[in-house]
Amino acid sequence: MSAVRNREHGLELLRHMLRIRRFEERAAELYQLGKIHGFLHLYIGEEAVAAGSIPSFTNEDAIVATYREHGHALVRGTSMNQLMAELYGKAAGCARGRGGSMHFFDASRRFYGGLAIVAGGLPVAVGLALADKMHGRKRVTGCYFGDGAVAEGEFHESLNLAALWKLPVLFLCENNLYAMGTALARHQSQPDIAAKAKAYAMGADTVDGMDVLAVETATGRAVELVRNGNGPYFLEYRTYRFRAHSMYDAELYRTKDEVNEWKRRDPIATFEQTLRQARLLRDEDFQQIEAAIATEIEEAVAFAEAAPWEPIEDLNKDVCTDVRRTT
Amino acid sequence: MTKITYREAVRAGLREALQRDLRVFLMGEDVGQYGGTYACSKGLLEEFGPERIRDTPLSESTFVGAGIGAALGGMRPIVEVMTVNFSLLALDQILNNAATLRHMSGGQFNVPLVVRMATGAGRQVAAQHSHSLEGWYAHIPGITVLTPATVTDARGMLLAALQEPDPVFIFEHAYLYSMEGELEENRPVVDISRAAVRRPGKDVSLITFGGSLWKALAAATQLAQEGIEAEVLDLRVLRPLDIGTILTSVRKTHRAVVIDEAWRTGSFAAEVAAQIMEGAFYDLDAPVARVCSEEVPIPYPKHLEEAALPQPDKIVKAVRTLLG
Repeated sequence: MSAVRNREHGLELLRHMLRIRRFEERAAELYQLGKIHGFLHLYIGEEAVAAGSIPSFTNEDAIVATYREHGHALVRGTSMNQLMAELYGKAAGCARGRGGSMHFFDASRRFYGGLAIVAGGLPVAVGLALADKMHGRKRVTGCYFGDGAVAEGEFHESLNLAALWKLPVLFLCENNLYAMGTALARHQSQPDIAAKAKAYAMGADTVDGMDVLAVETATGRAVELVRNGNGPYFLEYRTYRFRAHSMYDAELYRTKDEVNEWKRRDPIATFEQTLRQARLLRDEDFQQIEAAIATEIEEAVAFAEAAPWEPIEDLNKDVCTDVRRTT
Repeated sequence: MTKITYREAVRAGLREALQRDLRVFLMGEDVGQYGGTYACSKGLLEEFGPERIRDTPLSESTFVGAGIGAALGGMRPIVEVMTVNFSLLALDQILNNAATLRHMSGGQFNVPLVVRMATGAGRQVAAQHSHSLEGWYAHIPGITVLTPATVTDARGMLLAALQEPDPVFIFEHAYLYSMEGELEENRPVVDISRAAVRRPGKDVSLITFGGSLWKALAAATQLAQEGIEAEVLDLRVLRPLDIGTILTSVRKTHRAVVIDEAWRTGSFAAEVAAQIMEGAFYDLDAPVARVCSEEVPIPYPKHLEEAALPQPDKIVKAVRTLLG
């Protein structure tokens, strides 16, 4: 049974989740205002997964995520200023503004994206883990992907190769039940995702992804198993996306009742209750956390607004490394 | 000078690369115990062990993607995709990750990955195993595309590719593996930025690369008997293209035939022709001609396959037409 260790621990998890939610709520508003363009995939509803799992990784470990990666980057520690500037497409962004919402990168935190082709990150994560193994480094690569990815060939190929070569990669499936608009049961003959992983001879657990403590406990254990040279491991987090797939989704594929049912399990509200019942959260704590986040967001928006655009003269910069070949 | 086959030259390059740098390893289908489909890696498993010579499952997308990840993680992987035909299964990793990561991450991540594969037709292996798609790859910014046509390049381009900070794709024409050539004893460092004039001439430029080089040289020999001096250019590097060497030749000869084993429509030959037009239009005495493959899936029977591909006699005919 997962429990809150102490007040500090509880408030930290709550703060991570609230930071993601408020950041994204603001991002959605900015999208409506025409400040942010392109695709914007919100993580709202799924915050317990990033908040509970990312802290299990050390700074030396690597993270590979998807186009729904705002939460992962925030918890990993990339500054909100850089992330907001990236949403704006400004040169001060975490990918110099070139990637936008789907392509957050941060080399200093070994955050390898923001890779937006479904399942395309799995082979890369396997390779990062292969490099660690060949170097004899006790590092772990955490690879996040959604339930949609399990239909792709790369999912199966990557699980197979990682297990075959006993690579230190932790596969983290954020199962929000829909591959864009297609329900899991409508695209999988075997909807038990953890069972697929077990078929590749690796350990796999299913975790309540709406419970930040359950996520934290399961991930912490899995990371250490992988770090200790036991080969890959697999976690399926059962979670739910409260918002549309992206900003252009009429949500014809699910009922309001279903969404409301899941909202009753809101990971933030339920965890807040847990903390209050344990007398670890006072009203003023909550207000303080909210106020600090609101200030951080305002500063990030101001930073992004004021940040310069990348000059057009730099358009071709970094297509290739700027070095001349030996002749 | 040592006489060796193209296959042995590739193997020599692999051995030297593995000896020089502990970060280098080779992975791909049947590169280890089998010794490589084309025997390029024969003996390497015994010499370097299974950590550095890695047989992979048949999963092109994942082992190419794993090469990308390993490169990001500080290794210098050489990934062998058995043939260009199977590389289609890895296109997502190649285009969306390998070629894109550096720019898309704002310069934070580079991918020093080398991918080798066999390409081309001419061995009666029919429509699904006879593709020439290096021109497709040359369309992609962010990668280097090499087409070694000689034993010197087969060995040296691999070593040069491993010095690059970004992805390099090496296309080895399957027809050339058994070809013998002279390898210099001093094992020169090979340049991978320039095209090479393989035969000087003054009447027409035959511009080609890879397996077609030898057909162009055969055509040039035949043309010489008719008193026509053809200059033969081996492009060597499709991206970034050395247009300077092409234009220098065309300005001298005033006529060009581009030979490319790919299908004519949208071929790399079309790109070369367009760049000649952009850079040397007023130096031309005739329109640029192309000799490419017929626009059909490559058939199995020898006579049909030969009819589908560029051949020396087709090149000779194209030159005669140009010269009126």
